[in-house]
Amino acid sequence: MASEHPRANLQPLTLHIPEPKFRPGDAVDFAEVDVPPAGEARRPDTADKASDFIDLAYTLVRVLDDDGNAVGPWDPKLSPDVMRRMLRSMALLRAFDERMFRAQRQGKTSFYMKALGEEAVAVAAAYALDYEDMCFPSYRQQGLLIARGWSLVDMMNQIYSNTADRLGGKQLPIMYSVKEAGFFSISGNLTTQYPQAVGWAMASAAKGDTRIAATWCGEGSTAEGDFHSACTFAAVYRAPVIFNVVNNQWAISSFSGFAGAEATTFAARAVGYGIAGLRVDGNDALAVYAATEWAAERARTNQGPTLIEHFTYRAEGHSTSDDPGQYRSEGEPNAWPLGDPIKRLKDHLIAIGEWDEERHAAQDKELAEQVKAAQKEAEKNGILGHGLHQPLESLFDGVFEELPWHLKEQRQQMLDEETASGRPWDRKA
Amino acid sequence: MNMIQAINSAMDIMMERDPDVIVMGEDVGYFGGVFRATAGLQAKHGKTRVFDTPITECGIIGVAVGMGAYGLRPVPEIQFADYIYPALDQLVSEAARLRYRSAGEFTSPITVRSPFGGGIFGGQTHSQSPEGLFTHMSGIKTVIPSTPYDAKGLLIAAIEDNDPTLFFEPKRIYNGPFDGYWDRPSQNWSKHPAGEVPTGYYKIELGKAKIVRAGEALTILAYGTMVHVCAAVVAEAGIDAEIVDLRTLVPLDIETIEASVKKTGRCMIVHEATRTSGFGAELSAIVQERCFYHLEAPIERVTGFDTPYPHSLEWAYFPGPVRIGEALKKIMKDA
Repeated sequence: MASEHPRANLQPLTLHIPEPKFRPGDAVDFAEVDVPPAGEARRPDTADKASDFIDLAYTLVRVLDDDGNAVGPWDPKLSPDVMRRMLRSMALLRAFDERMFRAQRQGKTSFYMKALGEEAVAVAAAYALDYEDMCFPSYRQQGLLIARGWSLVDMMNQIYSNTADRLGGKQLPIMYSVKEAGFFSISGNLTTQYPQAVGWAMASAAKGDTRIAATWCGEGSTAEGDFHSACTFAAVYRAPVIFNVVNNQWAISSFSGFAGAEATTFAARAVGYGIAGLRVDGNDALAVYAATEWAAERARTNQGPTLIEHFTYRAEGHSTSDDPGQYRSEGEPNAWPLGDPIKRLKDHLIAIGEWDEERHAAQDKELAEQVKAAQKEAEKNGILGHGLHQPLESLFDGVFEELPWHLKEQRQQMLDEETASGRPWDRKA
Repeated sequence: MNMIQAINSAMDIMMERDPDVIVMGEDVGYFGGVFRATAGLQAKHGKTRVFDTPITECGIIGVAVGMGAYGLRPVPEIQFADYIYPALDQLVSEAARLRYRSAGEFTSPITVRSPFGGGIFGGQTHSQSPEGLFTHMSGIKTVIPSTPYDAKGLLIAAIEDNDPTLFFEPKRIYNGPFDGYWDRPSQNWSKHPAGEVPTGYYKIELGKAKIVRAGEALTILAYGTMVHVCAAVVAEAGIDAEIVDLRTLVPLDIETIEASVKKTGRCMIVHEATRTSGFGAELSAIVQERCFYHLEAPIERVTGFDTPYPHSLEWAYFPGPVRIGEALKKIMKDA
């Protein structure tokens, strides 16, 4: 036995702590990021067994090439009209983000999160899913609501926690809940939505429904136990669900290496569970659309779940509370080898003669105006910090369906305190 | 019926009445549960309504929350309450808050069944009483029956309830009431009035305690197994105690508690869970706040110790007749 030998000749063990390639001040070179040519990845039949296309978990499904052409078997062959609508949704999302980010900086709300650089992930998926399908998003998929045509004013009301906030000012800004648009209530606890999406999908299957579920998490939160519980459940019951892992390289300041990216891909998580895995160019709207459409078809035909890794890059900070300049090179966003998802789809539409720079510039202007008008409308209902927008007693609504005695007592106590304060309801003004 | 049969009957009836009721959990399907609580349900209601799950409590509850959001009424089983901790986040951050955070757009009408408590030589991982964790977190209801009759009526009410509910089943009394002496033969529910359980539908409103023994000398607040231990101790001591079986901890029946303590002037609280920050602390505070000027003695708490549940020393840990008897003497000292 090894332990019987003296240990003098043994090498000391070393602990590996992952470190990103570039830190503030470093020059960026993404040459090591393997970007296979567009059109190269094969497209299996949606009825094929997951074990027959394991290679797709280790490559990158890409449709748009560097010249703006849509190539290869994954080209979804969308009509120019659909592509223009997708482009518009992505641009609207960017305009919305820009305006709301500024609103936070102006003190109109407490918090905001942008999807800059990863607009295709949510928007293209929304176009590939049915409106009736249920989405269990994480906090950076506001593009789902925008692509589904949901009211910007309603979203802003939530961000401002104002009188028209349908969530009554009880949720952190951007933690929307829109059942009507198939958008599940967002949790701040990471990846809890994963098993919930599986449960929803299993319920749909158990009832003989035709609707499927889709869920999103970041690459960092694939480390959560919920992710693995969800994969197990989905594999076991062949739940009609699509797992999206948005690999945007950064979980606040921790690079993807801390979630295991040095060892393998996130799409490869699927392999161990025996479920279909695809790794997709997340900045290629057509690839995201094609992958989602393919996964949805698998789900709808009872082939079970698909895990899609969207390889992308978070070009902004994690949130308005984050300063990425403190932990990553400022050259990263522009050096990212997969480019800007909006520009890539725009270039494609221009290349096929269905769009031009002038129309694009005009559209950007129009969208900025649209967002500005929505903001004006929303601000009529108030902004965070300008007094109390909700009735004070609503604080207790929704803990339970009916208010039990102890909450009634606490509510009364609160109202009495307010009255006794000498400036009753002052904060309402 | 014994308590297991009563619980089985409640699920069976609810599955007959409501096609959206689904039973899920480790071993609950073909085998019918390690305690047989789900026996026969899969054969009768089908595999898509009663099914086994992977061993992931976080997954079981997370999936149940999603099913609830879809519109079903899942009744997930956590095989032992000791294993509920991996599911804690899904229960307290998700199920318990979904209605609040979505302004009622999404709800979690789930009923989590779980055998809890000691006295079966289950060691530290098959004996705990985690109810205090959940009563501390807003948005979840906690129900603990002490008889087969109550178990069935309360479980039906919990399944019909639109809020997430934890239904803790005191496994020590699954088969019959228990007098607290480990070396005495067990009784059988068939010899006990509360073992008479109607085969049909009935329910017991959540939030209503039951006075299991009326008395004037002191009030004993207890639930689950402890109701029976207290009853045996009180009978042997010949004290005219009023025993209140709380039945649900959230919502709590404050009226019954307050009226009883004001009547008797003394209050003893008994639970099996560890003492510090246990539900007894909450009960003690409530009684002190509301009944202080009626109290003739300090409130007594009889609980498990602040240790894990020790396997071979189980009966030293268990708040049995000796510990309860000593507390009785203390609280009645000046009577």
